[in-house]
Amino acid sequence: MRMLSYLLIGLIFGLGIVVGGMANPAKVVNFFDIAGTWDPSLAFVMGGALAVTAIGYRIVLRRNAPLFGGGFALPTRRDIDERLLGGATVFGVGWGIAGFCPGGSIPALGTGRVEVFVFVAAMIGGIVLVRMVERGR
Amino acid sequence: METAFTPLQSLFGGGLIGLAAVLLMALHGRIAGATGILSGLLWPGDASGRAWRGAMVLGMVLAPVIFALASGAMPQVTVTAPSLGVLATGGVLVGVGVSLANGCTSGHGVCGIARLSTRSIAATMTFMVATAVTVYVIRHGMGGA
Repeated sequence: MRMLSYLLIGLIFGLGIVVGGMANPAKVVNFFDIAGTWDPSLAFVMGGALAVTAIGYRIVLRRNAPLFGGGFALPTRRDIDERLLGGATVFGVGWGIAGFCPGGSIPALGTGRVEVFVFVAAMIGGIVLVRMVERGR
Repeated sequence: METAFTPLQSLFGGGLIGLAAVLLMALHGRIAGATGILSGLLWPGDASGRAWRGAMVLGMVLAPVIFALASGAMPQVTVTAPSLGVLATGGVLVGVGVSLANGCTSGHGVCGIARLSTRSIAATMTFMVATAVTVYVIRHGMGGA
């Protein structure tokens, strides 16, 4: 039941990405191309996701614990440092170049397109790179 | 290349993303961030940490197949990068960036902002501006139309 619930949540997330258009680089890049072929659709994806999550979290986090037990694992850091802003900037440049964000690219793998596999492999390479550099310090 | 403006469809898709985020918190107490799920899959604390993240990724990858069964066609994926090398460069930058920032569009942009986290609001504003500037430079600043 537990594993099935994770699979179904992943499926709902992936369907949202696919239906919303986040798995399509052309649509993502056009959202940011206000001076060109602007497509504001992704504002509706973000708006819909934020509205449901903001309201849902408020209801859910009033409970003492998640339904399957354990606790709520919520980030507690509040500091805004160079690592956060620098990382966000590098991510933004990459997102603009490729048109895939992590959550957009993973569902896109299911289309079987070779380009998506190339992107995801490179992205994992980037994640591993940061880990290796930090471990080597 | 133009894409069709799909406000209702995109709003519905966003609602599904939100539903998944709320369910993951309600059932398992976890943040629905693609970066955290990927990193945790690579370096899980224990075997169960790998299993649940693997199940979620499998569900995500199955989504286009279910979409195709329901609609009769695979979702459109139009790659804008001019070559695989450029696409891979973008991929490396995305991987490095989300690792340093500890999150991406889903973790910071949806879950973090929904919790009114100042870190997530700062990160999201930063990457949205960086993406817009990058797209502008590529499309309008390098001899493009």
